[in-house]
Amino acid sequence: MIIAEQKPMETIEEFIKDYKKVLFLGCAGCVTVCLAGGEKETDLLATSLRMKRELEGNPLETVTYTATRQCDPEYVDGIANYVEDVDCVVSLACGVGVQFVAEKYRNKIVFPALNTKFAGGTVEHGVWEERCGLCGDCILHKTGGICPIIRCSKSILNGPCGGSQDGVCEISKDVPCAWHLIVEHMKELGRLDMLMEVQPPKDWSTSRDGGPRKVVREDVKIDE
Amino acid sequence: MGDFEPKIVAFCCHYCAYSAADLAGSMRLQYSDNIRIVEMPCSGKTDQHVLLRAFEEGADGVYVAGCMEGDCHFLKGNFRGKKRVKQLKNILDQIGLGADRVEFYNLSAAMGPRFKEIADEFTERIRNLGPSPLNKSVKSSKGGDVA
Repeated sequence: MIIAEQKPMETIEEFIKDYKKVLFLGCAGCVTVCLAGGEKETDLLATSLRMKRELEGNPLETVTYTATRQCDPEYVDGIANYVEDVDCVVSLACGVGVQFVAEKYRNKIVFPALNTKFAGGTVEHGVWEERCGLCGDCILHKTGGICPIIRCSKSILNGPCGGSQDGVCEISKDVPCAWHLIVEHMKELGRLDMLMEVQPPKDWSTSRDGGPRKVVREDVKIDE
Repeated sequence: MGDFEPKIVAFCCHYCAYSAADLAGSMRLQYSDNIRIVEMPCSGKTDQHVLLRAFEEGADGVYVAGCMEGDCHFLKGNFRGKKRVKQLKNILDQIGLGADRVEFYNLSAAMGPRFKEIADEFTERIRNLGPSPLNKSVKSSKGGDVA
């Protein structure tokens, strides 16, 4: 999922200081799971800011709603009645959701309440780790299901490097060496031979090259 | 400020503080009548938003009372409640209400006198802090229906 975390309250307050009625729009997708922008977080943020503004003598009227997903047009279309009624929108979705809402409701300014961090997962309750570099050319089958692109600090394809010490990366004692993990796992699988093959330089054209990427499935497209 | 009587909401765990309140009553202990008790199934049910709403609805102080550490009926609920109250203190500081208006206490069902002590102690604390700066009728808006 996409992992995000909330911006400081003061930042969000600064965004909306000139607005009287604000829609706080949560998202029931990834940001609910990573506890950054779900129904609870949306209500908490709206209430906190409402109280703060009340204390500052600049009352704020809040509307809260949590869309099923802000990255799907049909759910974004469904919030029209909330959006038309407010001065601006604070979206607690990832950057994708913010853009979909801003694109749909062009007459309303949309503020991001979150900083979108990375694609990752939950390693324990309250801890999320980056696991995918979204490079567009997955090689996890060659590396025992451990991504060297994002989990190796150098993103090297033929590791480990000289900075690997006792299974730890040289950048920090808290960062395990991805290539150490890969070697250990391949050993467990009995497939160390797979690591003997030298990997050529990566073709990055599937990644941040040539502007925004697009996936098209002709078979599921609905032609009007 | 001399005649200020604080409104306090006490969120009490069913297994300890709520029973301790019952015991305090049976023991005929006189404690501050400023507290309104809300029974919870466990202090682990603590929801920061609900506590915040209590302030918005006019409470001057809010506390959560859970079991002694290690005695939680649900094993870890009181630790979770405590962490959430700690985080709420940060939020209250940011809002400008002040962290001292919210607190977490540990006690057991057998501690009727301690329940009285907590009620009196917290009431005195809030009395010294004075009325919540929010304590006027706050017009809160209704959120949309969440699908």
